[in-house]
Amino acid sequence: MPGTRGAVTPGPPILDVRGLRKSFGPLEVLKGIDLLVDPQELVFVIGPSGSGKSTLLRCCNRLEEPSSGHVWVDGVDILARATDINAVRRTIGMVFQSFNLYPHMTALGNVTLALRKVAGFARPEAETRGHVALERVDLAEKAAAYPNELSGGQQQRVAIARALALEPKIMLFDEPTSALDPELVGSVLAVMRNMRASGMTMVVVSHEMRFAREAADRVIFMDHGEIVEEGPPERIFGAPEEGRTRAFLASVFDR
Amino acid sequence: MQKVLDNFFNIEVMAKYLPNILDGFVLTVYLAVSVVATGIVLGLALAILRAFQIKPVNFLIVIFVDLFRALPPLVIMMIFYFAFPYVGLTMSGFVAAWSCLALVLAAFAEEIYWAGILSVHKGQWEAARSTGLTHLETLIHVVLPQALRLAIAPLTNRAIAISKGTALASVVAVQEILAHAATAQAFSANTSPLTMGAIAYLILFAPLVTASRWVEARYAWKR
Ligand SMILES: Nc1ncnc2c1ncn2[C@@H]1O[C@H](COP(=O)(O)OP(=O)(O)OP(=O)(O)O)[C@@H](O)[C@H]1O
Ligand SMILES: [Mg+2]
Repeated sequence: MPGTRGAVTPGPPILDVRGLRKSFGPLEVLKGIDLLVDPQELVFVIGPSGSGKSTLLRCCNRLEEPSSGHVWVDGVDILARATDINAVRRTIGMVFQSFNLYPHMTALGNVTLALRKVAGFARPEAETRGHVALERVDLAEKAAAYPNELSGGQQQRVAIARALALEPKIMLFDEPTSALDPELVGSVLAVMRNMRASGMTMVVVSHEMRFAREAADRVIFMDHGEIVEEGPPERIFGAPEEGRTRAFLASVFDR
Repeated sequence: MQKVLDNFFNIEVMAKYLPNILDGFVLTVYLAVSVVATGIVLGLALAILRAFQIKPVNFLIVIFVDLFRALPPLVIMMIFYFAFPYVGLTMSGFVAAWSCLALVLAAFAEEIYWAGILSVHKGQWEAARSTGLTHLETLIHVVLPQALRLAIAPLTNRAIAISKGTALASVVAVQEILAHAATAQAFSANTSPLTMGAIAYLILFAPLVTASRWVEARYAWKR
């Protein structure tokens, strides 16, 4: 059922993926993905390891070059030759499992680098915006701290602020809490909840099923490079139609 | 004992040739500083170029690097000074010594920078690129600062080693410390000028070697 859209806001989708395929050598990792994400929608992606979730996200900002298919972000064809991919990437925030903060820069330095170099703000303006972004992730007081002085949860929130500061149209999260100690997960999820409340469009790959139930508009189950099933969380978790979805959910909830 | 003193620490001879050794000292410092400045900058430029992963360019860089790391510096220097004139390329001994040592240092430095660049986690590249930074901006603002931290200790050691190679320049008629010391030794039939030369090298390099220990401790593997 490709192309099913969540019923949040009418209007053109923020992310529009059609017929997306990606192969690594002989291995086809994405086998024709169709995905529409509406403004302010939170789409949650689940699936077994190796099913292509990360690759899907990475194709949406061309960290990975799709083999074929189309990807539009806020109406921009990001695979078109004429598209300035660096300008487009500014509008697509990405958060990684391993935070990937720049270790030689303070939290504020991490957040302001792209503001200065990509968005072109002078340092004072960049720092003002950087402070605002850090405030949004509740880390205003850590602006001068280096990554190695921060907990994992704080580092991930700085990474979120780094993306948020550029005022993206959509945020992509690739297992944002998987590298965190259980007691630190909550602070990151709280920030994501706030972002959702303030209307950010989000695609989240994660194993936090509780968060999905409570915050997702739509859950997508991927397996072997395909979208097997998608729908509202109540239905996917409560009454999945596909055997593969049921088997996956059983394996997750058994643990 | 007296024999040792007369031959190695003859005050009279030493006093006579001290000004020559000092001249050599100044020239050695000048040559060494020129070599190190050129070598580490050229090496960095090559490493940055290599990071663009343009196949033919990288092939040439690797050939250059391996060639200049494989050949003994003295051989390169003598080729520059004695062989190149036959193909119409004549240069002073100083230029031959400077360009030879700078190129050798650049070759080693390139490999050190490159190892540093490779050691930076690829997540750093991805994070920076995902915010819209270009390849070059990512290299300059994110990757190189981390790579340089790793490179600084081995670079210091390599720069010191190459600076000691300035003594080779005596072979291509550069009047640095060793050349003056050897000439003085021949004229005076006494080895005290060599002692002075050794002392001059110690004065020059002992502080650098000590400083490199400090650099090594300061920039050791820690994040
Ligand atoms: N750069 C690459 N080169 C070759 N194969 C790759 C590359 N990146 C991913 N793959 C392969 O593509 C498949 C899908 O990987 P992907 O990381 O998208 O899965 P995933 O659903 O995110 O899994 P996980 O839950 O473990 O993160 C895997 O088989 C993986 O080995
Ligand atoms: Mg993954």
